[in-house]
Amino acid sequence: MNIVVCVKRVPDTEVPIRIRGDGRGVEESGLNFVLNFYDEHGVEEALRTKERLGGSVTLVTAGPARAVEALRTGLAMGADAAIHIQDPALASLDHIGTARVLAAAIKAVPCDLVLCGKLSTDDNAAIVGPAVAEFLGLPQATAITKLELGDGKATAHREVEGAVEVLEVKLPAVITVERGINEPRYPSLPGIMRAKRTAITTRTLADLGISAPPPARVELLGLTPPPKRQAGRRLEGEPAAVVHDLVRALHEEAKLL
Amino acid sequence: MEFTLREEHRLVQSTVREWATARLLPRAAEMDRSGTYPREFIRELGEMGLTGVFIPEEYGGGGMDTVSYCIVIEEIARAEAALAAVLSVNNSLDCFPIFAFGTEAQKRTYLTELARGRKLGCYCLTEPTAGSDAASLRTTARRDGDHWVLNGTKIFVTNGVEADVLIVYARTGGDGARGISAFIAERGDPGLSVGKIERKLGIHASSTAEIVLQDCRLPAARLLGEEGAGFAVAMATLDGGRIGIAAQALGIARAALEDAVAYAKDRRQFGRAIAEFQATQWKIADMATRIQAGRLLMYRAAWIRDQGRRHTLEASMAKLFASETAMWAATQAVQIFGGYGYIQDYPVERHFRDAKITEIYEGTSEVQRLVIARSVLGGHHDTTASDGRGQA
Repeated sequence: MNIVVCVKRVPDTEVPIRIRGDGRGVEESGLNFVLNFYDEHGVEEALRTKERLGGSVTLVTAGPARAVEALRTGLAMGADAAIHIQDPALASLDHIGTARVLAAAIKAVPCDLVLCGKLSTDDNAAIVGPAVAEFLGLPQATAITKLELGDGKATAHREVEGAVEVLEVKLPAVITVERGINEPRYPSLPGIMRAKRTAITTRTLADLGISAPPPARVELLGLTPPPKRQAGRRLEGEPAAVVHDLVRALHEEAKLL
Repeated sequence: MEFTLREEHRLVQSTVREWATARLLPRAAEMDRSGTYPREFIRELGEMGLTGVFIPEEYGGGGMDTVSYCIVIEEIARAEAALAAVLSVNNSLDCFPIFAFGTEAQKRTYLTELARGRKLGCYCLTEPTAGSDAASLRTTARRDGDHWVLNGTKIFVTNGVEADVLIVYARTGGDGARGISAFIAERGDPGLSVGKIERKLGIHASSTAEIVLQDCRLPAARLLGEEGAGFAVAMATLDGGRIGIAAQALGIARAALEDAVAYAKDRRQFGRAIAEFQATQWKIADMATRIQAGRLLMYRAAWIRDQGRRHTLEASMAKLFASETAMWAATQAVQIFGGYGYIQDYPVERHFRDAKITEIYEGTSEVQRLVIARSVLGGHHDTTASDGRGQA
C-alpha cells in the first residue's frame, strides 16, 4: 500500500500568538513551529499501515523554504520520501489554490491512499483535504477515527452527534483523520539521522504543469486578537443571598440556566 | 565561529522536550515523593534511541554525537533530574566503556541491549575508603582458571537496584592506578548482591545502592579492556560522563529559572508583580547569564570530544561551572519564591535538593579544580586558546 500524507508546518499551539503589524498574519519571530497536530496522526496512520501491509509513505507539503521542517519531522518518524512544493506564487494562494497545487503533486505519485489531518491548527479551515479529493476526482471521508483497509476499499469510522458513522470508500481515496485515530510515535534518533540523509524532492508550480497560479477567490481582510478574558467576580454575603445572586447571574448574564 | 545547532540537533531537542513535557514533567513531583520511576520510561526512551545516544545504530544506539547527548540530558533534567541521572549513567558510564574498550562479543552481548534500553547499566567504582582517590580502591579480582573471583564492596552506585549490567573496577595487580582492571558483571552472577539502599537528599527517583561482591565468579571473557588498564578506562569514561553531568546541571538550572520567571510574573506584592522589582530582576538576569555561560562551556567540551580530541580539561570546566550554576540558580529560585520556595507544594525546593549532587558525583568540584589547575600549572593549557587546540 503506497500512501501519500499531506503535512504542514504550523506555530506550536502552546505558545501565544502575536499579530503582525499589517494585521494580515502572525509575527513569526520567537514562535516555535511544529508539524501540525492532526498531520502527525496522519503520518502515524500511514506508518502503521505500511508496517502492516508493506509499501511506502511519501510526504508532501507546499510552502516556503522553512516548510521543510514539517517534512523532516515526518521523515524522522519513519516516512520514506518527501516532496516540497516551493514557489514564490504560493504566497498568494487561498486554501482551494493550495489544494489544487497539492493535488497536482500527488497525481504524479502512484498511490492507493491519501491521508491528511482533518484541519491545520493555525487557520482551522478544514478545506484542503476535501478539496484535494475533488481535484483528484477521488472519494473522501473526513474526520476519521478508525480506518480499516480491505481489498480495493476502506472502511472508515467517524464520530457524529450521538453515534458512530461507518463509511465505505473505494480506493484510492482521500481520508482526513481525527485525533482519536492513533497515538503518534516520537521520532527516534536513528530516524532523525535517516531524515537528515533523505533527499527531499523540490517541485515548482511549473514542474507540476501549473503555468499560472489559480487566483485566490477568498481574501484575508485582517486578524484581530480575541477579546481579553474578563476577571472573575467574587460574590460575598450570606450563603442564601450569594446563592440567589449566583443563580440570577447564571440565568441573566451567562444565560446558562 | 558559529553558535547555531544543526537541523538534526533542533529536531532532537524538540522531540525530547515534547516527550519530557508530556510524559515526565507531570510525574516529577510524585517520582520525588515515591523514590521510584515508571520502568516503562526506560523502554520508551530506548525506543527513541535515548538510552544509547552516541552509540552507532549497528549496536542498537541512536548514532548521534555528544552535542545531541547534551541536548537529551538537559531536556530530561529540565523536567525531572533523577531520570537524567539514570539515563546519563546508562549512556556515559556503561554504553561508552563497552563501546570504546569492549570486544566484539561484549558489544554484541551487552552494548546492544543497554543501548536499546532493554537492559539498564550501573557503574561500580567508588568504595567506602576510595572516593575522589579512586586509584586506592581495595576490591580484588583474583584469577582462578577460566574465571576471575571478585571480593569487595562498592558504594553510591546509581541504578544499583535496577541494573542488569554492572561495570566493576577491581585490583588485579599491585597498589595504585596500574593495578586496576575493569570487568562486566551481570545481575544474578554468583556472589553479587545489592546491599544497603541509600536515602538521599535529592534525585530521589533514581536508586543509589551498595553492591557487595563476595567470591563473585566472572568468566575470564568479562574482563573489559586489558588487564591493568582499568584506571585508564575509568578516567576516559568519566571525561564523557562529566559532560553529561554538566547537561543535567544545566537542565536543573533552567528548571529553576523557568519556574522562577513564571512565579515572579504571577506573584504580586505591594500592588505589583514581584518581577517588576529590581531585586528580582537582577537574580533572573544573573541566572540566565550563568546558564548561557555554562551551556557554552558544555557545548564546547562536547564539540571537542566529537572532533575526537582530548577534552579532559574542557569536560572538567563545563562540569564545574554548570554544577555550581545549578546550585546557585536553585538557591536564587527558592529565594524568589520566598516561603513558597521552602515547601513541597512548589517544585523549586526539589530543584534545590536535586542540584547539590551535581557538585559531588562524577568528581567533586574540588576534583574538577584539581584537574583544571594541573592542566594550567603544568603548561598544558594555552590560556589564549578558545577552541581547545592549545591542550597537549
